[in-house]
Amino acid sequence: MQLLNIGKFILLRTLKFAILLFAVVLFSFILVSFSPVDPIQSYLGAEMMVVSEEQKERLAEYFGVDESKTQQFLNWLNMFLHGDLGTSLLYRQEVIAVIQERFLASFVLMAISWIISGIFGYALGVIAGMNKGTMIDKAIKSFCFILASTPAFWIGILLLIVFSLWLGWFPIGLSLPIGMLAEEVTVWDWLKHIILPALTLSIIGVSNITLHTRQKVMDVLESEFIRFARSKGEEGFRLFARHGLRNTLFPAISVHFASFGELFGGAILAEQVFSYPGLGQAIVQAGMNSDVPLLLGIVVFSTLFVFIGNLLADLLYYLIDVRMKNGETI
Amino acid sequence: MKNQYLSIDFDSTNYKRRILWKIIGLVCLFLLVALSGFWIGEEQIEANMGEKHLSPSLDHPFGTDWLGRDMFFRTLLGLHLSWKVGLFAAVISTVIALTLSLLSSINKFFDSLVTMLIDLFLSIPHLVALILIAFVLGGGVKGIVIGIAFTHWPSLTRVLRAEILQIKSSEYVHISKKLGKSRMWIIRHHYLPQLAPQLFVGFILLFPHAILHESAITFLGFGLSPEQPAIGIILSEAMKYLTMGMWWLVVFPGLSLFGMVVIFDALGNNLRKLLNPN
Repeated sequence: MQLLNIGKFILLRTLKFAILLFAVVLFSFILVSFSPVDPIQSYLGAEMMVVSEEQKERLAEYFGVDESKTQQFLNWLNMFLHGDLGTSLLYRQEVIAVIQERFLASFVLMAISWIISGIFGYALGVIAGMNKGTMIDKAIKSFCFILASTPAFWIGILLLIVFSLWLGWFPIGLSLPIGMLAEEVTVWDWLKHIILPALTLSIIGVSNITLHTRQKVMDVLESEFIRFARSKGEEGFRLFARHGLRNTLFPAISVHFASFGELFGGAILAEQVFSYPGLGQAIVQAGMNSDVPLLLGIVVFSTLFVFIGNLLADLLYYLIDVRMKNGETI
Repeated sequence: MKNQYLSIDFDSTNYKRRILWKIIGLVCLFLLVALSGFWIGEEQIEANMGEKHLSPSLDHPFGTDWLGRDMFFRTLLGLHLSWKVGLFAAVISTVIALTLSLLSSINKFFDSLVTMLIDLFLSIPHLVALILIAFVLGGGVKGIVIGIAFTHWPSLTRVLRAEILQIKSSEYVHISKKLGKSRMWIIRHHYLPQLAPQLFVGFILLFPHAILHESAITFLGFGLSPEQPAIGIILSEAMKYLTMGMWWLVVFPGLSLFGMVVIFDALGNNLRKLLNPN
């Protein structure tokens, strides 16, 4: 019965997402169609001078440049529904293939950072909440507010200065050493290039989860059942571990899932600072070089990414909610 | 008994007075930074090859760059641009938020339309939407302002929409409706006065986000031309000279931007405490 409900829940959300995705696609398409970029020129690039007028006309016909905007949109939508996002002008490769390759790199980066910032953020939040009003709490709170007001990419550059330039522990850019075959690259080489961007992204993500957890912990500690446990003589972290952990952990994970949008934005900046060849770097290059198919592809993909995060967050909340209603302990 | 009440009263005015002083101090600090931008002329940030790569000194508090330009004045001009972009974006965002939240109060259809629009904008990562809009508008200050303005209204709209829902269900609005007052009359006399504090605090608290996103998008290279001193451009240029050990090109402009964000954040939060909209 419960499984059926969850299935219905996911189905409803997916349906809503399909509508949303359509809106995003339509919205982006309208935006892009107003842009001053000439598709023929951006396709040919420097060869614009060499190619004859006749060939340009044939290209225009092939691309459907002269068709009505509605027809163009329908064509694009039709391709999109068949899983074809077009060809990237910059990489001369299928957009899907570019995204796949780039996302793998970004995914590793984001996953590591997401987990690290989740663990540290939750731990800091618990420490602050349990020591409400003390110096520790104030220090953690200030730390979070400072982080929230700091430009994310600036943190990255500072880390680069300290660890790569002054200490010389890490290389200055690129996810893999230049001039090396992929098979020759050791795990250590790869680690050296991912540590700093991952650290930057982790630091950015900590503040949100810490402040949320701190509030939750403070709320839980004021509840009836904690007072009851206290009256039985339980205290400190033991008390929290036995009674507060489960009540604060799931909401924290849920909130952390809902932050995929910021995670993606942070990854764009971190990848740019450390020249890490992920999806974030690709969207910047696509934007700078008027690679419209790739740009649109990544916009759609990032929407999907955020949706999955939100779906997982809601699903988790839904599960907690159902269990609470059924009177089970979480 | 009376004394006790008096002391409580005294405490609360004292508390409010303290916050008021804080706000005045923050505004002065902001004006100092913001207005200084008007007095900085071209000659102060001109290239001066005789004074390249200077580390911070009394003559050049923030040092000079590879063209001998004074970084202190360049940073101040960057901050000047930041708050101006922030101002335009915050004004437009607030107007959009107010319009949409009022629209959502009309009926269920408009309400779900506005909710859908909020969902739509929240479903694309902020920075991705910014890149898309900046790209479409072909960059420039215009592209950045419009991009930031059109991505920062959803959260404020949510707050205002919830507030209106609450006011809408109150007794006196029902009475006004029964008395046959028009929708505009109710908006002017019931909604707007109640929304004003929220609106103002929301407006100020848009600045920190707007400024941070402005620096991020200029850092990525969208929008402004390299000659324009924006903090994001200064920092992205500085990255090329990192290996030469010119750390001051990164540290001071970044710290200044951080200071600007903190000023607006503190201003918004103190205003909230003073006006106490909740």
